[in-house]
Amino acid sequence: MPIKSRPIYPGLKLDQRARRHLVAAEGEGALAVLAIFEGKGDAAASATIVYTPGGSAGEDHAEKLADLKPDALHVMPSQETAIVRLNGLLGNAAMGTRLYAAGVEGFIGKVIASGLEHGVDHQSIYTEHCGSLARRVQCVHCKGMTENVTATPFTCSHCGLNLFVRDHYSRRLAAFQGVVVDCETPGELPEIEELYR
Amino acid sequence: MTIQFKKETFRDDFTFSNSPEAIRRFPFPFDKDQYMYAVNIEQHMPGPEKSPYEFPIDIDEHYVAEMEDRALVLKQDPLRCQSLPHMITAEWDLVELLMESMAKNYPEHFQLTRDGDRWHWVNQPLGIDQRFTFGDTATLPCPPMEYITRQCQGDFNLLDQRHDNLWMDAGIVTTQADWSLDFDIGMNFMEWHAPVPIAHDLGVFDRALKFLLNLQQGRPVRRLNWTMTINPRLDTSPENYHKWGIDRTTVTPENVGNKVHLRVELQALWRLPRSNAIVFSIRAYLIKMEELVTIPKWARRFHRVLRDLPPELADYKGLTRYRETTVDWLSKYDDGAPTSPGFFPD
Amino acid sequence: MSGGVEIPVRVSRVEQATATVKRFSLEAVSGEPLPLYSAGSHVVVTMAAPDRKIKNPYSLIDRAPDGSTYRIGVLRTRDSRGGSAFMHERVEVGTELSITMPVNLFPIVRTGRKHILVAGGIGVTPIYAMAEELRRQNLPFELHYAMRDAASGAFADELVARHGDKVRLYRDDAQEIIAVDRILWRQPLGTHLYVCGPEGMIDAILAGGREAGWPDENLHSERFMAHVSGEPFSVRLAKAGVTTEVRPDQSLLEAIEEAGVDAPYLCRGGACGQCETAVLEADGELMHHDHFLTEEEHASGKKIMTCVSRLKGRELVLDL
Repeated sequence: MPIKSRPIYPGLKLDQRARRHLVAAEGEGALAVLAIFEGKGDAAASATIVYTPGGSAGEDHAEKLADLKPDALHVMPSQETAIVRLNGLLGNAAMGTRLYAAGVEGFIGKVIASGLEHGVDHQSIYTEHCGSLARRVQCVHCKGMTENVTATPFTCSHCGLNLFVRDHYSRRLAAFQGVVVDCETPGELPEIEELYR
Repeated sequence: MTIQFKKETFRDDFTFSNSPEAIRRFPFPFDKDQYMYAVNIEQHMPGPEKSPYEFPIDIDEHYVAEMEDRALVLKQDPLRCQSLPHMITAEWDLVELLMESMAKNYPEHFQLTRDGDRWHWVNQPLGIDQRFTFGDTATLPCPPMEYITRQCQGDFNLLDQRHDNLWMDAGIVTTQADWSLDFDIGMNFMEWHAPVPIAHDLGVFDRALKFLLNLQQGRPVRRLNWTMTINPRLDTSPENYHKWGIDRTTVTPENVGNKVHLRVELQALWRLPRSNAIVFSIRAYLIKMEELVTIPKWARRFHRVLRDLPPELADYKGLTRYRETTVDWLSKYDDGAPTSPGFFPD
Repeated sequence: MSGGVEIPVRVSRVEQATATVKRFSLEAVSGEPLPLYSAGSHVVVTMAAPDRKIKNPYSLIDRAPDGSTYRIGVLRTRDSRGGSAFMHERVEVGTELSITMPVNLFPIVRTGRKHILVAGGIGVTPIYAMAEELRRQNLPFELHYAMRDAASGAFADELVARHGDKVRLYRDDAQEIIAVDRILWRQPLGTHLYVCGPEGMIDAILAGGREAGWPDENLHSERFMAHVSGEPFSVRLAKAGVTTEVRPDQSLLEAIEEAGVDAPYLCRGGACGQCETAVLEADGELMHHDHFLTEEEHASGKKIMTCVSRLKGRELVLDL
């Protein structure tokens, strides 16, 4: 059953009417970008792509992205640096610019948060989830973020509590909610389930 | 009518209790012997005298103690009060709604004098005397929503209306039933209700949203919701769940009467004039099982409701661990006699 | 009352703004201040015509600082089934009317960074209020106002006086047209556009916005639903056990009200969804004119918005 608070990522779609395309891709997200610009030289010529090969990809797609001949391609070493670059580009962008995000969920979430900060409504951002299903989880108790959570329960990387991953997603935090699992039964943990590979 | 404010606590030694008058006016939420979700929204019209519905904003004997508890929560966790920048107009709308209502209905405790934008607010129970300029945040000691809600019982959320949805973009939440404002702020109506089981499939939230989008100024609405809490703890937040969750394991047949509480939320919604936002207030009322059974009708009915509650609802409300013990204890007060329809005591 | 709280008002001033537009100042009969409201709101005005009650929605232009009056602007339309003609011919200083509480179906998006207001003709009334609110909050905006000719610009002078060079006027007779692509060029991210005016103009501006690559989330409009008259038909209200005729000059909702049945409504313009009613039987074709139901819902034949839609045929049976 879909999670009501979790965003739906319908897949990238080229908005032919956009004046500019601002594309953020992580890891396997590059494949989704390649797919929408395939054979669309005009659109690619007005695209700025920010790409980080990222943890979820076995392969670096930078060369193939360069072959699209985008207006600009920024290959960044990490999600964090990609977001910093994206923020710089958003700061100078005008209406008519369409924002795209593809990659792991945590990365998409950060792109949406950047868009929001610059006045872009999250509903107008095209998104595609590629690669790992790992979740970014915020501990509701200490507010610390743990990246790449693949199992529940897991141990908070900040406060050390055993957290259960609740099916509740915050767009603003780009994270699921982690809640302590064993406080009613100290020391008794449910079996660990690998759910989000 | 002067209210005698009680000195009591909602933490540590838990000295909270209800006077006999407070028990009789408790907003008991079941009008039948079983419970299921419904869009149970009704006009928030003045109700019977002395009931919690008599006035738009209900102030009761727990006022001062609740405000002290809120101050403690905010001191430990400032993220319980947050407001996104575009909500400032709605914050001022809320100041007007609460001050006007409190001053009009409890003039012996609160007074408001308005001279254009120059306002003078006196809150006697909390010893506050404040002159400020309405609309000028710099003239209050803290932002407007925080200022007034530190002086009013109940949690408050401000919902912005755009794109045919409602967005929880501001709030103060210190007496909640296990949900986090810090996590939910910025979510729309469907998103923040995501963890609620069953109701989505019944279409409850679709209908409620459609109704609320057309909520009119001057026509506030209300509904009741309920859960249960071990010990009279107002701050049952997920943030502190690792501290209070253990309480659920402490219920024994001997202490049910004093430890197990029915927690009722009187939720009310108003359309605000300047901002077109909606204020969503959630006022929690607590009653101990031994206080509840002093009303024979409520004792019988609550026994039946709790006994027959669907398991997924019991789980969601966090009652599973102590439900059976509580049902057993309540069964002593249920002779099987029929109950009269409606909420109020016989 | 199904439309909510009603406020009895008296007309305190009538201005002939142009040959076809009158502005009315309304004050509460009780002498109490009128409620505050957010820009973009409208009220439904009830007029007591000799033979019937007419209810029309009008956007609020402004409210006196002390709350003593609201102003509305009314265009006299040729095909009016009575509302605007009544306001123009029968309403004068001292006339008593009744209004609903303000309702806002055309709000300013408060998360927006900048706001572009576009008005055509009488569509300027909510836009006027929005400009005023944006000015008060010191938020960036532009206002583009198209009119037939200089004499038809019911609010042009006031707007220019209040907002100076933020206002651009366009006169049809001087072949001045709103060049959407130029206006929307290089607007900062987070800009929202609001348009109110004749149907054709709204469509053109919105199409221009999409053409400029603007997402739907940033394009907003309010359509002044001209009343759609049509052929007469009969309506049976199943629960009330009442059958009545809907005249050509009357809406379905008005006929229901005239039959003494208290049916729900809010905007009376096909936008808010409050008057959605289940159709039990329809001997004929449903003529949907609302902006609320989806195309699938229109096609299903199961629902109708009584304020603007009607039947082309013999008899309609409603779950009322």
